[in-house]
Amino acid sequence: METQTQTLRKETKISTKRMTGAEAVIRCLLAEGVDLIYGYPGGAIMPVYDELYKYRDQLHHVLTRHEQGATHAAQGYARTSGKVGVAIATSGPGATNFVTGIADAQIDSTPMVCITGQVGSHLLGSDAFQETDIIGISTPITKWNHQVTKAEDIPAVLAKAFYIARSGRPGPVLIDITKDAQFGELDFVYSTCKGVRSYKPVPETDLKSLEQAAKLINKAKKPMIVFGQGVILGEAEEELKNFIEKSGIPSAWTILGLSALPTSHPLNVGMVGMHGNYGPNKLTNECDLLLAIGMRFDDRVTGNLETYAKQAKIIHFEIDPAEINKNVKADVAVMGNVKNTLSQIFPMVKSNSHDSWVQEFRDYDAIEYDKVIKEELYPSNEGLSMGEVLRRINEETKGDAVIVSDVGQHQMMACRYAEFNKSKSNITSGGLGTMGFALPAAIGAKMGAPDREVVAIIGDGGYQMTIQELGTIFQTKVPVKIVVLNNDFLGMVRQWQQLFFDKRYASTEMVNPDFIKIAEGYHIKSTRVTKRENLQEAIAEMIASKEAYFLEVCVEKENNVFPMIPTGASVSDIRLE
Amino acid sequence: MKKENYTISVYTENNIGLLNRISAIFLRRHINLESFTASVSEIKDVFRFTIVVNITEEQVKKIIGQIEKQIEVIKAFYHKDDETIYQETALFKIASKLLFEERKIQNVIKDSNANIVTVTPEFFVLEKTGRRRDVEALYDQLEPYGLMQFVRSGRISITKEKLHISKILENFGMEAV
Repeated sequence: METQTQTLRKETKISTKRMTGAEAVIRCLLAEGVDLIYGYPGGAIMPVYDELYKYRDQLHHVLTRHEQGATHAAQGYARTSGKVGVAIATSGPGATNFVTGIADAQIDSTPMVCITGQVGSHLLGSDAFQETDIIGISTPITKWNHQVTKAEDIPAVLAKAFYIARSGRPGPVLIDITKDAQFGELDFVYSTCKGVRSYKPVPETDLKSLEQAAKLINKAKKPMIVFGQGVILGEAEEELKNFIEKSGIPSAWTILGLSALPTSHPLNVGMVGMHGNYGPNKLTNECDLLLAIGMRFDDRVTGNLETYAKQAKIIHFEIDPAEINKNVKADVAVMGNVKNTLSQIFPMVKSNSHDSWVQEFRDYDAIEYDKVIKEELYPSNEGLSMGEVLRRINEETKGDAVIVSDVGQHQMMACRYAEFNKSKSNITSGGLGTMGFALPAAIGAKMGAPDREVVAIIGDGGYQMTIQELGTIFQTKVPVKIVVLNNDFLGMVRQWQQLFFDKRYASTEMVNPDFIKIAEGYHIKSTRVTKRENLQEAIAEMIASKEAYFLEVCVEKENNVFPMIPTGASVSDIRLE
Repeated sequence: MKKENYTISVYTENNIGLLNRISAIFLRRHINLESFTASVSEIKDVFRFTIVVNITEEQVKKIIGQIEKQIEVIKAFYHKDDETIYQETALFKIASKLLFEERKIQNVIKDSNANIVTVTPEFFVLEKTGRRRDVEALYDQLEPYGLMQFVRSGRISITKEKLHISKILENFGMEAV
């Protein structure tokens, strides 16, 4: 075994050359196929930035306006490209500004490598200038982290970082490199990491579990699928589609599973969860078999666990053993990458159709359309609705755009109403609910998928949390389209205050600046729409623009997102009004 | 579900950040640790954490899942008290003059199966190894005479069943990275 590993190392060896740790960092990134990183310089990372200058023809660095922006941009890049996103910052405040993005990547399983500079190793623990214990701080929110204090350790640690970030259930890794390790010298040898002995990225699939699952699927009368991001991360979209079509099972999605199956697919029955569709939520508590595919039963999906799908058998297709029985007890757990397990189970399931069962979803759809959707998409009021903006965007982009949403009412509207033909098209902060995510994530999303239209849908609250990234857009000329749905409120919080706190609107009304003037300050083309008759033309102009474009739509101030499952209620107690 | 004592044994790579990573799993779920011991194990370069918690079996199963999810954890196990052989060690520092002034203390020491580790003109140190209740019983007997210092270790524990850690490592089929 040892000789095999050594041979492997020889084969993948790139070069042996005396160089500084800082240069080795760049060479490692290049060896991992990285050509784009996001970051912000500062004292403790300056040796690496000096090398970035030398390597600027091979490795493009995007200067964000805040380190948080660098992490979200790296996330957006990772999620449209399927590659590992890389963010880099200095020690102290540079590193702590990474924290939100790292936590977001951890909870949404986004592959990301964050590199931070650190004070010299002789100063560690002395409260030196810009020293912070970023290893301690980031431990609970990283898949792995490590501090490097010697130049010669850099290649092996970075190789391991990339391997861990992208393998199995992906996640963020933070590597903290002391300044003396950056200045120190090493003989550079790089071999990509092929494994870590204590870490098994993909668990073995038990054939028995596949047989048991197939048996349950074949005899189910009212089966239902809920799929999540595992399908996208495992690149199992085709396998999922084939499985759904053969088994005839109606399929709903979590917010992060969105776009893995085209919106128009006849067996796509919509979103589950708090602001999901009426049918899949109601019928979760009527199905006889629930197939959870690459999803983790988040509380926003399940509502009250005591009354969640109690009548159904549960099959959980999952890569992470810690997710099995964490929230919902599985009758059968099918471990492994869903790309493999779905293709393995495919020949074992009977060709089937469940027409009358699928019709139950469509009947609920009709109720939801009458009570909620019709008014949202075609409002009878004078004020503009968020839903009609999404409808117009669908018309202009034909469902081919990448939609990046922030957090709040507009996010739920975007996930409910945006139409998708292709996977990796819905980029949003699902698990952490990070306001301020969308603008920087859209920058990364566009750079990760340069041939695709990228439209960011943002609320007036979240927009102002990372608004400085307009500077990054101006400087890089990245042609992202930014739509701010402005209701002069922190709309989702206001909705909760209206429904659950007797309309006591504590600190949710916003006095906003002139967003058009701000966009103009960054020389970004912009339009404000306040009337319905101008909406379509403005959206058409935005989509047609070859450059970045900012569109502010002033929407009805006190609209609510429905349907809604109140916190702690059962999924079947979903409210339409 | 009822709460019970569980001994969690975690085999890990030797990594300085891992202690933090493992303790954070308990901290985040507001689970108090009864004891926590880190040591080497029977395998070269492999460390062993022995953690005692009082929680439900459902909780301990989820905790094991979260611990095993950590990259440098090789394997984690949990056991009930009757599935393990476990001991704690305590040290008592007592004024030497009490040996002569309080005759009863000599009998307590004789009956306790404790060892005298060191004796000086000022103090002597008594070492007692056993179950928690044995240590506590001795503490209760000695405490009225006045203890200069007292310290008790965390639990160390050996399981009755085989743990097959070496086999698990072989199955990973890789040298340490």
